[in-house]
Amino acid sequence: MRLIADHLPILQVILPLLAAPLIVLLRNATLAWLLTVAVSWVSFAIALTLFFAVPDGGAIYYEMGNWPMPIGIGYRIDAASAYVLVLVSLIAAVVAPYARLSIAAEVERERHYLFYAMFVLCVGGLLGIAATNDAFNLFVFLEISSLSSYVLIAIGKNRRAFHASFQYLIMGTIGATFYIIGVGLLYLMTGTLNLADMAERLSAVEETRPVLSALAFITVGLSLKIALFPLHFWLPNAYSCAPSTVSAFLAGTATKVSVYVLMRFIFSVFGPRLPLEALHLFDALIVLSIAATVVSSLVAVFQTDLKRMLAYSSVAQIGYISLGIALNNADGLTASVIHLFNHGVTKVALFMLAGGIVLRLGTTNFDSMAGLSRRMPLTTFGFVLAGLSLIGVPASAGFVTKWYLVMAALERGHWWLAALVVATSLISALYVWRFVETAYLREPVGEVKRVEAPLAMLIPAWIMVIACTYFGLETAYSLTGAQEAAMALMRGFK
Amino acid sequence: MTVGSHYGYWAMMTLMIIGLYILIARGNLIKKLVGLSIFQTSVYLLYIAPGKLIGGTAPIIAEKFGIYSNPLPHVLILTAIVVGVATIALGLALVVRIYEAYGSIEEDEIIEKDSGLER
Repeated sequence: MRLIADHLPILQVILPLLAAPLIVLLRNATLAWLLTVAVSWVSFAIALTLFFAVPDGGAIYYEMGNWPMPIGIGYRIDAASAYVLVLVSLIAAVVAPYARLSIAAEVERERHYLFYAMFVLCVGGLLGIAATNDAFNLFVFLEISSLSSYVLIAIGKNRRAFHASFQYLIMGTIGATFYIIGVGLLYLMTGTLNLADMAERLSAVEETRPVLSALAFITVGLSLKIALFPLHFWLPNAYSCAPSTVSAFLAGTATKVSVYVLMRFIFSVFGPRLPLEALHLFDALIVLSIAATVVSSLVAVFQTDLKRMLAYSSVAQIGYISLGIALNNADGLTASVIHLFNHGVTKVALFMLAGGIVLRLGTTNFDSMAGLSRRMPLTTFGFVLAGLSLIGVPASAGFVTKWYLVMAALERGHWWLAALVVATSLISALYVWRFVETAYLREPVGEVKRVEAPLAMLIPAWIMVIACTYFGLETAYSLTGAQEAAMALMRGFK
Repeated sequence: MTVGSHYGYWAMMTLMIIGLYILIARGNLIKKLVGLSIFQTSVYLLYIAPGKLIGGTAPIIAEKFGIYSNPLPHVLILTAIVVGVATIALGLALVVRIYEAYGSIEEDEIIEKDSGLER
């Protein structure tokens, strides 16, 4: 047992990565699905074990091949990485059982096993990003997860998805290349790729031009991956055209993990050495975050398609996350970290329910969803509950985030920012209301038959819906975990 | 610090900007991928060029050789090349599927064909 326990950090990453080629060899959709479910559940168990095993204020280290850390590649799991590991593997563990029926309807039969192979590959890449302590290793995992998500988006029957995926490929590759340029500049100046070592050695070269350019390249590159306004144009197309399972999975994980990387670099690597305030990094982020929440929320209100509306709402919610980063205090960062989780859970629930609607109606166009509550009562009710969390109504997960965001803004003395957070929540109430109005108040067209989504899809979706409410009332793990994660990020590698 | 002493960086920046320009200015999907490839290749240069020491040998510890080039950038870029190849291959595969679905690889024609349909 001891032997396995020592190797949990690498097992976390390597199991999904190994499952991918195995699935390709199996070539059988059902077996592939079973293996995917098994791997994602085991991953979730490992992530939880690691989450509770992280020592207070410390980290779990794992040295690859026993090469000591600055020389070899090392993994370092502290409170922040463990939080992200739990988030990613939780979403994978819930989406995997859901995938079978949704994929059966939206992807051609002979590609099913390939879908599962890409899915576990993407999970492995995302987990690797969170676990690694090496800047270049991080890039490789970033590309593993990105390349597999391009395939996942384009794997469906919708021809729009091909172009959406191509756009994402171009933007994502520019983002990753910018990141690697930044890392290259840092490597030139410090001679190391180990993040902890790099943070330390930056003290010798702190405000030199290559280091400042590295900061710029890494921030812009990761902002592309995060879909921070105005670099978000790939996101609505990609999420709305992709198969529903993929939208659900990516909305909860892909951008969130990139946010984690950005936090890591801003607070742990550059933070202790560079005068980020004087460089106006946070000022710029505040402006972009406000633009993201206001503009994207307004755009979301006027969408005619449900999935597209959810995608624009994602861009707006990312604005809240970056706002928390921009406020640069403990409460703000806590709000950001906990919103990774809260928004992840909420958006996954919404996209999974939308997947049920796609399965039964074949479309998520608002006009065809008129009177949906009579045809799919459980789906619509779940949608409303998760929608409340999206708005940030008290007793929902979204409220916890908004509370900390407002507190952080007030601590900075930005009372107008606090007011703005509340005002943008009202805009999100508008687009959630549009769904309520369509589903409950409008008369259905044609005959009314109960066509509730199958249980295999409803149950995972409802687990997430219940989580939206549960984590709004009981914040023991999500909030303390986020607070510890925020502290770990700000403390850096000491 | 003159242009001459840093010509490696100048070459890298020029390639990078050429690549990015093609990406932005061209609507043809294949040309976009060519631009992307040039853009990625410029980064290989950023890593490789500073690793070379003038007069340096391969990293062999022996009395005859005093200075040697840093081997790590080569290893890193070997990995980056693999990533780059995978990206371009996937991009080209997507272009094939786009061509099958739309009969065109010009971005504006693709958008036009989609906008005609119900959103």
